[in-house]
Parts: sequence; C-alpha cells; structure tokens
Amino acid sequence: MASHGIKDRVAIVAMGCTPFREHWDKGVDDLALEAGNEAFAAAGITKDDVDAYWLGTAQSGMSGITLSRALQLQDKPVTRVENYCASGSEALRQACYAVASGAYDVAMAVGVEKVKDSGYQGLNAFPIPNDGTTRTLTAAGSFSMVAPAYAEKYGVPMDQLKRTLARIASKNHFNGARNPRAQFRREMSVDQICAMPNVAGDLSVFDCAGVADGSASAIVVRAEDAYRYTDKPIFVKALSFIAGNGSGLVDPGYDYTWFPEIAACAADAYAQAGITDPVSRIAMAEVHDCFTPTELVLMEDLGFSERGMAWKDIESGRFDLNGELPVNPDGGLKSFGHPVGASGLRMMFEAYLQLRREAPEDRTISSISGDRNLALTHNLGGYPGEMVSFVSILGADKD
Amino acid sequence: MRGIISYGAYLPHRRLDRSTIAAVAGTGGGKGTRTVASYDEDTTTLGVEAARRALRATSARPGALWFSTVTPAYVDKTNATTVHAALLLPGDVIAADFGGAVRSGIAAARSALAGGPAALVVTADIRTGLPGSADEEAGGDAGAALLIGDETDGPVIAELLGSGTATDEFLDRWRTPGDDRSKQWEEKFGENKYVALGQAALRDALKDAGIEADRVDALIVAGTHGRANKAVAKKSGIDGAKVVDDRSGTLGNPGAAQAGLVLAATLDAAAPGQVIVLLSLADGADALVFKTTEAIASFTPDSPVADQAAAGAPVPYGKFLAWRGHLSPEPPRRPEPARPSASAAGRSEDWKFGFVGAKDRSSGAIHLPPARVSMEGGAIDDMDPIPMADVQGTVATYTIDKLVYSPSPPVVFAIVDFDGGGRAPIELTDVDPKAVAIGDRIEMTFRKLFTADGIHNYFWKGRPVPGSAPASDSADEKEA
Repeated sequence: MASHGIKDRVAIVAMGCTPFREHWDKGVDDLALEAGNEAFAAAGITKDDVDAYWLGTAQSGMSGITLSRALQLQDKPVTRVENYCASGSEALRQACYAVASGAYDVAMAVGVEKVKDSGYQGLNAFPIPNDGTTRTLTAAGSFSMVAPAYAEKYGVPMDQLKRTLARIASKNHFNGARNPRAQFRREMSVDQICAMPNVAGDLSVFDCAGVADGSASAIVVRAEDAYRYTDKPIFVKALSFIAGNGSGLVDPGYDYTWFPEIAACAADAYAQAGITDPVSRIAMAEVHDCFTPTELVLMEDLGFSERGMAWKDIESGRFDLNGELPVNPDGGLKSFGHPVGASGLRMMFEAYLQLRREAPEDRTISSISGDRNLALTHNLGGYPGEMVSFVSILGADKD
Repeated sequence: MRGIISYGAYLPHRRLDRSTIAAVAGTGGGKGTRTVASYDEDTTTLGVEAARRALRATSARPGALWFSTVTPAYVDKTNATTVHAALLLPGDVIAADFGGAVRSGIAAARSALAGGPAALVVTADIRTGLPGSADEEAGGDAGAALLIGDETDGPVIAELLGSGTATDEFLDRWRTPGDDRSKQWEEKFGENKYVALGQAALRDALKDAGIEADRVDALIVAGTHGRANKAVAKKSGIDGAKVVDDRSGTLGNPGAAQAGLVLAATLDAAAPGQVIVLLSLADGADALVFKTTEAIASFTPDSPVADQAAAGAPVPYGKFLAWRGHLSPEPPRRPEPARPSASAAGRSEDWKFGFVGAKDRSSGAIHLPPARVSMEGGAIDDMDPIPMADVQGTVATYTIDKLVYSPSPPVVFAIVDFDGGGRAPIELTDVDPKAVAIGDRIEMTFRKLFTADGIHNYFWKGRPVPGSAPASDSADEKEA
C-alpha cells in the first residue's frame, strides 16, 4: 500500500474562470457555461472533444446532469462530486486520475456554485435529518475558536494576534485589488480591518471569505499530449486528499492550533512530488483562507513556517505579493470570493496564470526562479476537528 | 414509615428586578425580584434539573415518576417521559404527567405518599402574565422534586404523620388552554373561600397526625393567592414566628412548584424531630404534616435553596418579555433550524436525553457522542456506556457566534474537555459572553436548544460551575 501519485503524467492545458461576484443575473447553467467555454477556447477544442467530465459543486445541483444539461453534452460520462468546500479540487483530482489511468484522453473538471439564491448572507448547509444534537455554529464561529487557542498556546497577546489576522486580510485585499476577476477590489488597511465589529469570536466580516457566485474549469490530458494543446502546459506533480475522522471534536488531544488533516495531506503531497524541503521548491501558494486564523495555521501545517512562528512570518511580509513566498496572490477566498465548488479550481487558475507568466503585471510574482518553480494549492472543507483537505503541487516543467 | 427520602430544588439563573417593569409596561412592578427561566428552559427542563439534584443526594431510586406543571411543554404527548429519559431511569419505571392546574403538584405528592413504589414527584412551573400584570411580578420559575417512599426504599428524612384535604368548586383563577395569561375573580371572594378551606384541611391534618398546633415547628403555606396564604397562616393557631418565609419577595411564586420549593428550603435547615406542616391552597386545600427523622442529620442536600437564591444574575425586562413571547425582536437573518428527526433521536435516546457517551474498553477513549468504532485502536463494538451529565469539564477554546440562528443570540460555544477524559463541542448557557475564558469550569445542564414544527429539541448545554465564574453578569445585553 502506498500513495504513489501521478507526478508529471498529466497536464492542465487550458483553464477558465468567471469573475466571482454576486451574479444576480446568472444561474448555475450560465456560470458553468462561461467557465467551460473559456477553457474550450483556450485549448482550441469543443465540448465533444472532451471524453469525460467531473463537476464539483457543494449544493448547487445534484448529479452530473447539472453540467450535462447546462452544456448540452451528448452521451458523455459526467460525474458530480462533493467534498465540502474542496469539491472543485476533487473534480480535478478525479479528472486527472481518469486520464492517468488511460481510460480517457481528454477530461474536464468544472467547479461551480450559486450561493446567492438562498436569500441569506453567508453559506447555509443543506440540512440532513438528525437527532438534533449536532452542534449549531456558523463556519466563522467554528474557525474563530482557533484564535484564542493559538494565542494561549504560543503566548501571543490577543491584541497582537488580532492585528496579525488583520494583516492577512489586508494582504489578500491588496492582491485582490489587482485582480479584475476578484469580488472585492478595494485595499483595506490593518487599522481599518481592526476597527470592524466582531461577528464571531474575534473575527469581523473582514476576517471571513467573500461570499460569491462563480465557476472555474480545467482541461487535462496526458503529459505527452500536452503540447498539442498549448505551449505552456502545467504539469501535475501531486494531488493529495485526506478526509479526517472527526476526532478533533471528541479527542481532548487536539488543541485547535493546527489542522492534522492538512499536515498529513501536505506531507503526502510533498512525497508524491519528491519534495523534501518545501520552502526551497515552492514559489507560491494558493491556500484556503476561509477565515484569517485558517491562513495563519495553514502556514505552519503546510511547512512554510515553524510551529508558533507563522504570525511573525506574516508580520515580516514573507507571504506578501512581493515576498519570499507569495500566498494567495489572486486575493484568496477573502478577496476573490468563495463560490464553494469553484474555489479549488480558482486556486489552480491562479497557479496556472503565474506559472505561465500570464498574470497581470501588477500582480506578477517575482519568487519563481531556479528550483523554486512550483506552485501549491490547498483547499479544505469542514471545520477544525472535522475536515477534509486537498493539496496539489503544479509546475511548468517536467522533472 | 412513609415520607420523604430525598429532595431537590432548581432555581433558574436569571432574576427580574420588579422595579424595572413599570418604565416599560407603564404599570405594574414593585419591589424585589423574581426568578426567570431562560429562553432555553421550559417546565420539563426545570423539572429535570430539580430531579437530578434530588437523585444526586441519595442512592435510592424511584419506581414511579410523576411530573406536574401548569404549563406543560407538550400536551397529548407525556412530558414525564422526557424527565425519565434525562434521569436514565429504567423502562419499568412508570412516568406520567399530573397537569394543568397548580393543585396537580400537591396532588402528585399526595398520590406518592399514599403508598406504592418509591415515587419521584417532580413539579415545575413558569409563571407569566401580561406585561405589567400582578401575575407577571408575583410569579416565579422553578422546579422542585421530592423522592417519596418507605423506609425499605431508603432512609426517610421526613415522615408523613398525617394529612387533611378540602375540595370545593369555585372560581378564583382560570386560564383557557392556549392563553398566555390567567384571569382572576375579585380577590376577596377567593380569599374568603381559601381561609375556610385551609383551616379545615389544617385541622383535619393535625388531628390525623395527633399533633397540637403548638407542637408545629414550621408552617409552610403555598398557593397563588397571596392574601389568602397570609390570612390562613394568621388564623392557623400556629405561632406567627413558625410561619415559613416563602421567599416570594425575591424568588416569586413558582405555582405548581412552590410547595416543593419552600419545603425543600425548610428541609435544608431542619434538624431531626421537627414538625413541618405543608398547607397548599389551590382549588381547595391540602395539608401534610411531616416530622423529620434522625436520618436528616446525615442528609446533605445537593445545591441548597439558599445558595441558589443567593446566586443568579439579572435579566433586563425587555429580554424577559422576549423570552416569554411578549416581545418579538428581529431574529437573526439565518435559516431556522430543521426539526429533529424522531427516529434519529430515538436511536440516540441515552445520548440526547441522558448525555451518555461510550468508553472504549481497550484504549479507554471516551466518545461523545457514542461511537461503534473507536478513534483509538479501531476496536469495534467494544465500548461501555459512560454517563457524563454529572461530570464537570474545562473550556479548551470558545467563541461567541453572533451570526448563527439562536432563539436568543448570540450563541456562546465552547470546546469542553471533561474531567477523566472525553471532549464535546457544546453551547454554553447562563453565561456572560464577555467573561468566558479558556480554563473556565463547566457543568452540564439539560436544555431546549430550539423548537421546530412544534418539536422541542432537548439536549445538554454547559454552564459555568457555580462559584467558579466572575460575578459580573447581565444577560448578554452588555454584549450589544
């Protein structure tokens, strides 16, 4: 038994991504069609040239028919996958494995979410009948519990930690302001963010991901076929996924200052990619900054910072757009917005742009050089103590 | 010898200052305070808390459970079965409701005293009236439980020496089912009736007990007609100094639970050999003459009434009105919760109602909720049930969630690690959001999380262990 991975066997040759917005005038069909068409055009193919499709959506539609009807796909295998907020990454993972297996030549992953039709702010889970004893808390409430635990464990004064969290949000707003597809395009200072009223624990709305509708897509082919579609394919180095067993909610051994599912997932991804020292190889990361404390501890779980030191690295600017390791150069969930099923593919889209040197000039990162030429995307779903984690590693060159 | 084996009383955490009423209601109010059940409490949960205290103070267990309230959480469905489930009583213990009127409380006690298996008599009430009304300021919310049985069931701490009753049909107060207020006839009519009935019942009870009035050490008069209570006591022939303060000035009058509550407070301070007379005035009169035994000297009540009365925190009148449904503030703009599934709840009865987890026999890992497969070692179906409702815990981390749906936002939520193992993410209640901190000590309390489609979703919440939390506390309002 082993997690072998499919390093350099599959490449992304084209992607699409809609602007993430409150798309009052667009439905699921419109968004999926827009993201799909952008990728078809980029690859120079039609929908009929794709052999199989995977659709990632958390709760905007049931079954593959959600996509096959929207795109009018004829006699195609279309599978809807759901893995909480990692549904988009899951769609890509399935498409990649299908191509790597030899079952199909060309596969497509589409992630889509239409969240703004519920009539409520924020995200609202689809209720599954239960005994009424499961906890009732918003996602913001759940993730906010990381902040006091982290402050307590590492002796960081809460006032300081609050500023560090605001700095994460401020950085992501700075990056998003340079991204025409992002939902929020206004820079926000640390002081402005700190002045906002708390809505859950020490978090204000500016510590929370933007809630947006959107869709993103990717076309994958075998690595050896990639140059038939593009001069600049992006090779898949690693695809790791872990579903936690929920023990953090019941095991007093879990201290809410890290996400063990993510640490394990990152270790698996690095092993698949043959990476022993992540900091020497990873030039940028798109991470799941659903709430600012999440991005804080992700820096440690992904091996970018030592335990208890991420807050200092954040304060030093290490993860800024012009920093040593830019994190969320596209604005992240915070600023780009979070259409649940689309977010994982949106992260890939930024890696695809940066690695192909196609990001807008004012957002182009300068950290890619020599052996530091890989991008990492990290996508999670669930809550502290009970989450799923996805990590991919991508590169413009085959090893 | 039949009598009281154990007892327990429960006062909710909140107190309404009566002087705050008139400024809002334009009328009513007065001096002192009254007890207020929280938004997540109903008569069933008040009863559960009182009953837990009664059973914690003794190793005796009941063969029957009688639950009485004027304001049942359900009709058509029995509420006593919920109390039964929360207490983890076995299936061969009958549980049934005595309900609808204040007299049903003393009637349940009399029924238990008449014989049969040891019976846990649980009374609870939430008393309201229209804003500014006399009932609103005079009422109180509480639960009281008496474990009644023979010496063979457990040491009897107060023996029943005799009883008397007087029944009459007359209209003093009444309420049509579904109404949120009671109405009362001219006060003097009821007073006149009650004085005669009370004297008759008291006379018969003392005669039945073979006790002279001057031998009585404590006279408790319970009833919703305050003037009648005082008048009967005055004409009882019992020294006025022996009349027990019913604490209605600070606690209010909790209706069906008043007799049990004041009896509990009296027993808290009683020495062996004391004669205690309980006289209830409710659609007639019932008098019970008890004499405390030597066993009371070694009985330690769980949470004495005086301690609970001294604790508590204020609730603003506006919040009180909202909790009782007399004011409808804007709810959070979030979807309301779905109704709990009856079949799913039925499968997890001991967890949902009793807070019983599972402990892995090999690794010792405690699972809350119970699981079939251990999170440590992977053993399957190798666990013992472990009751956790009486285990205290410590806050590992916490949050104040102002976004999530709640009948009374914000939600205070904590990850609680229990002494001896086990963790649960649980909502906190009776807590000042600003005072919560990592390391706070927590005990469990049975509550109603919400009501959906008429189904009350009962489960357990945590609350600060009395005496362990900062004293500053004023019902969340500071948070706004």
